[in-house]
Amino acid sequence: MVFEPLWGAFGEVFSAYNLILMFVGVTAGLIAGSIPGFTITMAVVLTLPFTFGLTAVEGLATMIGVFVGGLSGGLMSGMLTGIPGTPSSVATVFDGFPLVRKGKPGLALGLGVWSSFFGGIISAIILVLLAPQLARIGLEFGPWDFFALVIFALTITASLSGENLTKGIIAGLLGLMIGTMGEDDVNGVARFNFGTEVLQDKLEFLPVLVGLFAFSQLLSDVRDRGRARQPLMERTAKAVRVEHLAAIRTIMRHWVNLVRSACIGVFTGILPAAGGSISNILAYDQARKASKRPQDFGSGSPEGIIAPEASNNATAGGALITMMALGIPGDIVTAVMLGALLIHNVQPSPTFISDNPQLAYAIFVAFFLAHFIMIVMQAFCLRAFLWIVRMPMYFLAAVILMYCAIGVFALGNVTFNIWVLFAFGIVGYIMKSLGFPLAPIILGVVLGNIAELNLSRAVGISDDLTLFVTRPWALFFFIVALFSAVFPWYQQRRESKQWTLAYVPLACLALSVPLIMMGGWVRPLIAALLLAWGLHKLYRHHRAGWALPKARSEADEAA
Amino acid sequence: MNRDVVVALVLLVFCGVFFWESTNIRLTDYASMDSTVWPRLVLGALTLASMVYLWEALTGRVAKTAEESVEPEVDTGRGGVLGWLDRYRNALICYALFFAFLLTLDFLGMLIGGILFVFLALSLLGRPTLSLVPLHAAVAVGSVGAMWAIFTFGLRVFLPEGEILSIQ
Repeated sequence: MVFEPLWGAFGEVFSAYNLILMFVGVTAGLIAGSIPGFTITMAVVLTLPFTFGLTAVEGLATMIGVFVGGLSGGLMSGMLTGIPGTPSSVATVFDGFPLVRKGKPGLALGLGVWSSFFGGIISAIILVLLAPQLARIGLEFGPWDFFALVIFALTITASLSGENLTKGIIAGLLGLMIGTMGEDDVNGVARFNFGTEVLQDKLEFLPVLVGLFAFSQLLSDVRDRGRARQPLMERTAKAVRVEHLAAIRTIMRHWVNLVRSACIGVFTGILPAAGGSISNILAYDQARKASKRPQDFGSGSPEGIIAPEASNNATAGGALITMMALGIPGDIVTAVMLGALLIHNVQPSPTFISDNPQLAYAIFVAFFLAHFIMIVMQAFCLRAFLWIVRMPMYFLAAVILMYCAIGVFALGNVTFNIWVLFAFGIVGYIMKSLGFPLAPIILGVVLGNIAELNLSRAVGISDDLTLFVTRPWALFFFIVALFSAVFPWYQQRRESKQWTLAYVPLACLALSVPLIMMGGWVRPLIAALLLAWGLHKLYRHHRAGWALPKARSEADEAA
Repeated sequence: MNRDVVVALVLLVFCGVFFWESTNIRLTDYASMDSTVWPRLVLGALTLASMVYLWEALTGRVAKTAEESVEPEVDTGRGGVLGWLDRYRNALICYALFFAFLLTLDFLGMLIGGILFVFLALSLLGRPTLSLVPLHAAVAVGSVGAMWAIFTFGLRVFLPEGEILSIQ
């Protein structure tokens, strides 16, 4: 029965100890999210060591609290000072800051807070409804399909995480290489230990992650000596009273914008590598296009605050859908959560929800609850935020570096982990300084193992390698991987090269093939629609003489 | 030869070294897929990507990433090795202190070593003035002491106590 694990989950999430942990988590997330340069990912990464001594539900509930708090915390600094606390709040500043300068800081903050809340709740509902369905689809996957899914996740991460695709791919491959060091999970053989004893075992994921990401991020933050000694924010911001009722009324008037933005957020979150930093801009852009008063955008339009804030919180729900349904982390935050599950001997996979229903429902409940706690804590955190931003960055850096060392030691009570942290801290800093994105490396480390296990299983089941392209889901993911690899070139040359006109229609045509192969009637129907749309677009471009949109509009003007 | 060319060459050397090391991986007779297959596949792809990167670097096609553009260049007014040292001063200080902390961990332990690390890092990254030094010391003792207490008593993690504290 569904209700039994649900009640069990309620019992665990609403226990006094878990509630305290979630309040602390949300508060920490709100404060961390509001500090410019201190990303949500960093906050979630630093939370992980605290969860070792907790149960899986307590640990994940705390991390979800930090995640949700972090997504909402960025709006405080963005609105009050014009400097977004996190990249997922960039678009909030476009209208939030002007509205504050117009003398309505209470309304601006209220709009941000309540849009975050409603966006999060919508995504939580979609999470509850969609994750089990997607997990059911995941049960159709064989090792060939999982291998292709991992390749797709890595390709899209590499192509979306920087302007230079080659560097992104190299970063992802280096991550995969790091994942192969030490004992191999398939045959138990030591690899790349260079004859030493210390590298006989597999490298722990957390020291590598903290070293690559947190260590290098902190040292980048204090690289400039002058800036490291200055307070985090120069501009002074004052505490304000949030206008809750006025904000809710305004949001309800723009409920279509709210729902649309939340859906954009969820969809972006489901995609690997695309997080809140992309969804808030996308939602803002769509809100402006759909608005009856687009001219107000940029000068304090409430719609311009609702859209990015609803979408960035909704992204969290989307990211959790992929992690829970397929066992694939979409970004660093969910990679850390996946690490937390592994620490508690829970293997995320398509059978995760059916194998661990109580834990799965606890994640759903905690995600809902975190948004309510966020509303309660936002007002208190505003004062803490104003106090913390007076501190110089070097204070935070020195203390957090030591905290990283204690955290990774606690993972296995071995000093070697701190050495790994130190080594990867150097690697991460050098890579970051050379312009290599870090997200593909980290996902490469996590996904490499999954890819190798599935490749080995696939080869073990059958030596027919054509199965990698003849099985519908494997073919589907390889096609998406191919088109996502070309995506950066498409984006750069969209206005100038004719081949870009064929990119989207060809993607639709190509994707219709595996969808038809899947059988049933829903997927072939979707395939037929994609096929029809792709052919229609190609025909239209052909009739227009493959003229680029710019040239076409100039020709129209001349006519 | 620009920076990207050097990086691409280093990557190719890295691939070569790891290819060579992959010959030392033990082969088993029970495996459905040898332990060398996956790393060599990855290394093959990495070599190919590094060669593309080298070609891009040689032909000046490497786009500057947003991170590189946003990263503030610290103007030290000096060139050469001294300028480089000055530019990365803070990072080098942190690495050196962290390395020293690791080397002395068995002797000083996590609590004393941690306090020393934070105090020295704060004093060297910030200004070691008379007014700030006591503040740095207080922050070091307070923050590391609190973390040590949480992990030791709250989470029951036995942090290295070091030879100093273990001498009773």
